[in-house]
Amino acid sequence: MSGPASSISDRPAAGVLARLFTRPGAAAAVGAVLIWLLFAVAAGPAFRSLAGTASYLNAAAPLGILAVGVALLMIGGEFDLSVGSVVGVSGMSVMLLTTEVGWSVWPAIGATVVICLFIGFLNGLTVVRTQLPSFIVTLATLFMVRGLTIAAARGFTRRTQLGGLDDVAGYELARTAFGSAPVAGLRVSIVWWLGCAALATWVLLRTPWGNWILAAGGQPEAARNVGVRVARVKIGLFMTSALCACLVGIIQAVRFTGADALRGQLQEFYAIIAVVIGGTLLSGGYGTVVGAVFGALIFGMVRQGIVMTGIDADWFQVFLGGMLLLAVFVNRYALVRAQRAP
Amino acid sequence: MQPTTQPEQPASPPRLEARDVTMRFGGVVALEHASLAARAGEVTCLLGDNGAGKSTLIKVLAGVHPPTDGVCLLDGEAVRFRSPREALSRGIATVYQDLAMVPLMSVWRNFFLGSEPTSGRGPFHRIDVGRCREETRAELAAMGIELRDPDQPVGSLSGGERQAVAIARALHFGARVLILDEPTAALGVRQSERVLEHVRTAADRGVAVVFVTHTPHHAHPVGDRFVVLRRGRVVADEPREALPVEQLEALMAGEAG
Repeated sequence: MSGPASSISDRPAAGVLARLFTRPGAAAAVGAVLIWLLFAVAAGPAFRSLAGTASYLNAAAPLGILAVGVALLMIGGEFDLSVGSVVGVSGMSVMLLTTEVGWSVWPAIGATVVICLFIGFLNGLTVVRTQLPSFIVTLATLFMVRGLTIAAARGFTRRTQLGGLDDVAGYELARTAFGSAPVAGLRVSIVWWLGCAALATWVLLRTPWGNWILAAGGQPEAARNVGVRVARVKIGLFMTSALCACLVGIIQAVRFTGADALRGQLQEFYAIIAVVIGGTLLSGGYGTVVGAVFGALIFGMVRQGIVMTGIDADWFQVFLGGMLLLAVFVNRYALVRAQRAP
Repeated sequence: MQPTTQPEQPASPPRLEARDVTMRFGGVVALEHASLAARAGEVTCLLGDNGAGKSTLIKVLAGVHPPTDGVCLLDGEAVRFRSPREALSRGIATVYQDLAMVPLMSVWRNFFLGSEPTSGRGPFHRIDVGRCREETRAELAAMGIELRDPDQPVGSLSGGERQAVAIARALHFGARVLILDEPTAALGVRQSERVLEHVRTAADRGVAVVFVTHTPHHAHPVGDRFVVLRRGRVVADEPREALPVEQLEALMAGEAG
């Protein structure tokens, strides 16, 4: 080869802080530490105690599970506003299949998983076939799934809140798996949360699927040009986010031994907020699941910390919106840096 | 090569050929009886003004559009690709100007996108990241680009470097035909020169290169053969010796041919 070798990386190293902020999710980790310190001082020993720790981890876990699926989906360039409604249909499906149809708990859980995966599949298929924004498609699903859940509950039972799951065969094992708090008030849902996050991180960073997810969100046309089946990847992602929502619905149905047709409302927004606080770009192609874990953790700490500090809980929403705006600013800065030289 | 070939084809057939291709989109005729042959080890330049039909012709070759009329031949054998993926699997790699890379993904992730080497079994089946990093570095070094960190995002590379990564990727995965869509269009003089070197390197490695450009000064130094399109028709198909750069410019401008 003639000509001088061009050198891509002979550029001055950026400062440690600047480098840190180009890592998606790092800002959320720093934010989580700062917020812990804030409430450790403001709320005092109650927040720092094991019971306090358990209370914010328990609060973060369901949202954290949702955020895992939503994070993968948003990295893949799509939104899912229907996850809150899927939480609702999941719990209601478990209740109707057990107390009304007469199945035991585990077959009901199996059928519920199939139903939720099917909803995710329909979301994905509609988005890739129509090329409509997933924001609109899943907004429609949000209302349809919620409406169907309420209608089904009323149709079968004339009520929208059902109880009595603890009288159904198989409940004890289900309680151990989904609803128990085995150690010091820490719920088993925390294990599900971190397990899902670890699995999703593995898929994203170390498997070909992860590569295709990043490419499908970053530049779908380029991905197609090298043979990536973008439509298949996206449908799989919608099914994953529905599966995460399904798991949350099951966990809550088992824990509360019942379901409410309205369960999961607003969770779709909280999940997106957790993911964005975690450093994932709204435009897709860039982000981490680990960041979303910290996003959910921040959510849990703020929600419980505000109460423990003695501030009126209404301020939680104000704080949450502020965090979201701040996160978007930080993410934009990180994007600009990432596009520049390392 | 087979010693007994058909009498009208004394030499080995071109690697990839579009023969007498017509392409209509509704009532619009984008190509009319256009032919182009890409031979192994040669750079075939496809020139023409905007709207002349260059993009349509390479999309026919790359399997994006099946031609309305006419035929594509791979190694002398008629082929009809149903998708770009099928063309790719037969060794026809296309590098589109803006859509070759995912800017936010690292160089190695881009390099192996869609063809990730894996190791391990069952739940531990995973991308062999170490191998990806190393091979990316080695392949780019072979093109004269020293990449210190294969983890840096492609978005931090210059336009010319991105083209180089795309070309190196196609060569690495054994492309037999490399179609380059305006690789120098958005580049400055120095970067263009480097990309032209890469184009030549690809041909010297035995690949049949189709180089699309609207700049005769980019085509002439590296081209072995020049096909000029105007309004969907081939107005010239000449070897380099028969076509000095001035005449090529004149053809492009529509003053001759």
